[in-house]
Amino acid sequence: MADLLTVNKSPFEKNSLETAIKYSTAGSAILLIEDGVYGAMKGSRAESMVKDAMADKKVYALKSDLMARAIKDDRIIDGIEVVDYAGFVDLVEANDKVQAWL
Amino acid sequence: MSDIKKFMYLNRRAPYGTIYAWESLEVVLIAAAFDQQVSLMFMDDGVFQLVKGSNTSESDMKNFMPTYRTLGDYGVRHMFVDKASLEARGLTQDDLIEVAWEDFETEEEVDNIVEVVDTEQATKLMAESEVVFSF
Repeated sequence: MADLLTVNKSPFEKNSLETAIKYSTAGSAILLIEDGVYGAMKGSRAESMVKDAMADKKVYALKSDLMARAIKDDRIIDGIEVVDYAGFVDLVEANDKVQAWL
Repeated sequence: MSDIKKFMYLNRRAPYGTIYAWESLEVVLIAAAFDQQVSLMFMDDGVFQLVKGSNTSESDMKNFMPTYRTLGDYGVRHMFVDKASLEARGLTQDDLIEVAWEDFETEEEVDNIVEVVDTEQATKLMAESEVVFSF
């Protein structure tokens, strides 16, 4: 059983990412999209929470949303994989279901 | 419109994810056109609005970053950024755009009106404003 969780809210404004991490099983994939991509940034107060989650979950971030928000590759937490729209589709296909955390 | 008031536009939302940042810019441009004294404050996720290097070519969204750079030409004299909000997001002033200002009558020039302020200064600036619009 592995699910894809999408998170589209900033971790600084809403607790969507925090709750998604807390209530997901090991092996889940977390895809940060829209304002959710701010959770991928190095050096923020959300960084440790994301790194802890990466112990047993894989974290992805959507390229087009990172670009729009000026988050360059060198500002992204090590280990987070950047995917494009085709990569998003691959993740949907590879997992049992998609759960959106709004 | 003979009265000039001190307007403060308080921006607390990230760009693109919601319409707040864009709507705020629209209203700021209107107020500035009526010769009011306009300042902007960026706080919480609002500081993301000023991070330079935005590229919306793969998102089908309008990149409105260039509009911020023109605010000085519209008479916006101050753009304040809350220091604590920057630090919580791992950002510094180096990550932010610069906005120039010039008074076309007196030829007074300021290279960059984007100013990082601490909590005490931000509190005072908002308290001293006559009207505060929140976005």
